[in-house]
Amino acid sequence: MTAIPATFELDNTYDDPRRRAPLVTGGLDFHGITQEVAKVAERPTTLAWKISFMCALSFLGILGLCLLYLFTTGPGVWGNNQPVGWGFPIVNFVFWVGIGHAGTLISAILFLFRQNWRTGINRFAEAMTIFAVICAAMFPGIHVGRPWLAYWLAPVPNQMSYWPQFRSPLLWDVFAVGTYGTVSLLFWYTGLVPDIATFRDRSKSKVKQFLYGIFSLGWNGSARHWHRFERAYLLLAALATPLVLSVHSVVSFDFATSQIPGWHTTIFPPYFVAGAIYGGFAMVLVLAVPARQFFGLKDIITMRHIENMCKVMLGTGIIVGYAYMTEFWTAWYSTNTFEKFTFYNRVFGPYMVGWIIMTFCNVVAPQILWSKKMRTNLWVVMIVAILANVGMWFERFEIIITSLTRDFVPTSWYAFKPTSIDLLMLAGSFGLFFTLFLLFCRFLPVVAIAEVKTVLPEAHPHTHGEGTHGDERKADYRPDHPVFGE
Amino acid sequence: MSLLTPQTERQATEQIVGPEDAIELVGLLAEYESVDAVMKAAGKVRKAGFTRWDVHSPFPIHGIDHVMGIRPTVLPWLVLGGGLSGLIGGLVLQWFCNAYDYPVLISGKPFWSLPANIPVIFECTVLLSALTAVFGMFALNGLPQLYNPLFKSERFLRVTDDRFFIVIDASDRRFDEAETTRLLQDSGAVAIERVED
Repeated sequence: MTAIPATFELDNTYDDPRRRAPLVTGGLDFHGITQEVAKVAERPTTLAWKISFMCALSFLGILGLCLLYLFTTGPGVWGNNQPVGWGFPIVNFVFWVGIGHAGTLISAILFLFRQNWRTGINRFAEAMTIFAVICAAMFPGIHVGRPWLAYWLAPVPNQMSYWPQFRSPLLWDVFAVGTYGTVSLLFWYTGLVPDIATFRDRSKSKVKQFLYGIFSLGWNGSARHWHRFERAYLLLAALATPLVLSVHSVVSFDFATSQIPGWHTTIFPPYFVAGAIYGGFAMVLVLAVPARQFFGLKDIITMRHIENMCKVMLGTGIIVGYAYMTEFWTAWYSTNTFEKFTFYNRVFGPYMVGWIIMTFCNVVAPQILWSKKMRTNLWVVMIVAILANVGMWFERFEIIITSLTRDFVPTSWYAFKPTSIDLLMLAGSFGLFFTLFLLFCRFLPVVAIAEVKTVLPEAHPHTHGEGTHGDERKADYRPDHPVFGE
Repeated sequence: MSLLTPQTERQATEQIVGPEDAIELVGLLAEYESVDAVMKAAGKVRKAGFTRWDVHSPFPIHGIDHVMGIRPTVLPWLVLGGGLSGLIGGLVLQWFCNAYDYPVLISGKPFWSLPANIPVIFECTVLLSALTAVFGMFALNGLPQLYNPLFKSERFLRVTDDRFFIVIDASDRRFDEAETTRLLQDSGAVAIERVED
């Protein structure tokens, strides 16, 4: 099986439909895959990990100090003003929620479309989703000004015997993001259980055996368990698919249902979803390219995976560019003075630089991915992916800030300027994200081991056993209920 | 092939200490090297009429349900129930809060209007369905399971790596140690072990 030397890099990026491209290269067999993924967590902590973790932790510390300053002083530490009440916290919220779309998209929509290449990347894309949603959920929580009253967002009885206002899109958002976070976590954990069991069975130390043992819930690979597991996974995928599309749609309702020019448009839901997928895949690439390099996962996250993700970025990037054009067209075609002014102001107003960065990063830069040579050049991919993240942040900045600073009446105009706390909190949120991500890489299986095994050719039986049409009553047995003996 | 591992010999000596710690055979564990081998063997075990047995593998084997005769799980119906509860719950929650218990007039909007309630109803439906799917699946599988005699076997550790196993429970009506061992040997097992508890 392992006639091919480990250093040989097989080109599996060809598009010839007559030859099925292998999704796992390097001649890995079942044990090879286990070994390859488990060694990431089992080897001694590397210096690179320690340095990255210290950096991430420092930024997390900055976030902690900023939060302390915010809670003890008040939201005046931000650049928010009248009329720009939303400012950086909401820009960051929309940015992080958008990032969080790729994970569940990969696990749910690509699963339903039978895109088997997802198995190599779905685990850490899902982890990324959860950590991004944690970062996102923090911002509206602190933006309310009195975070200790954030429970007013939930329909729980309180001292005013007053209930949340369900006719407000802001409350829809609470439910959308809350549900999305919960379902993403369930999806991630369900997929993790068999792989944590793999780690449990490989662990030598008592502590690890105990902890992995607890979190793997006693998983024993029973075919009857797998049967229900697969059914649950399929159901989750079917449920998460409309959910992924709904989350950013609901986020866009926060804007679209208001009357501010530049916000009050029907294109927002699909435009936001496309942007979220674009930015989310960019973030997966930003994490996947270094991960495969440093963790030696080149045979599982192959060039084909990278190339496919680039294609998704290119496709959704074009949709985003098209949406930008549609906005301008609609503003002109509407003959609405305020709408027309908003878009004129977006390009030529005080936040012109932001608009140029946004357009360059989201419309111009991804076009390089038309070339296969560029899609398979990791440096180019990495730069385009980082630019996409920058561009997507500026898109949210442009939408929120330019529309709020100058709305209908010039007397109510007021410029927005971020404070240093705004910038530090944005940097700090990256600290939170990377701290969680690095911990995940260190202690949990970064690739869905069991799922990758199913895409190997030898996972598919070539002969069917006998007794296929036997007595159906035999299936009643459930070895788990009760356990053997007794 | 020796069915007694050093571990079981040690347990056998401990047995003298007290009769309530009696070690009893709970099943036979057979190891296979490939998907094809375990599929073939599973077909044989089923044909022999066993009902209390199972296949263990590091990943889901496609088609094994059919070979083993596993009936479709009831899970989708539970999820439907969860989803419907979420749907009705979301609807009633919004009606109770904003139209019944404490109606507040905001921007002249009606107290009770379905279009404004759709997003929250949708989210509640998905949330309860997903919770039912995951917790229902684990509950039907009898997980978390804190103790399992199978995990005493060193060999069985590879079930989460690259080996395939068939376990036949000793409580099966057709179970006979010698005969079942022979059946498993004939089915192409590379090793057979006694599972004791």
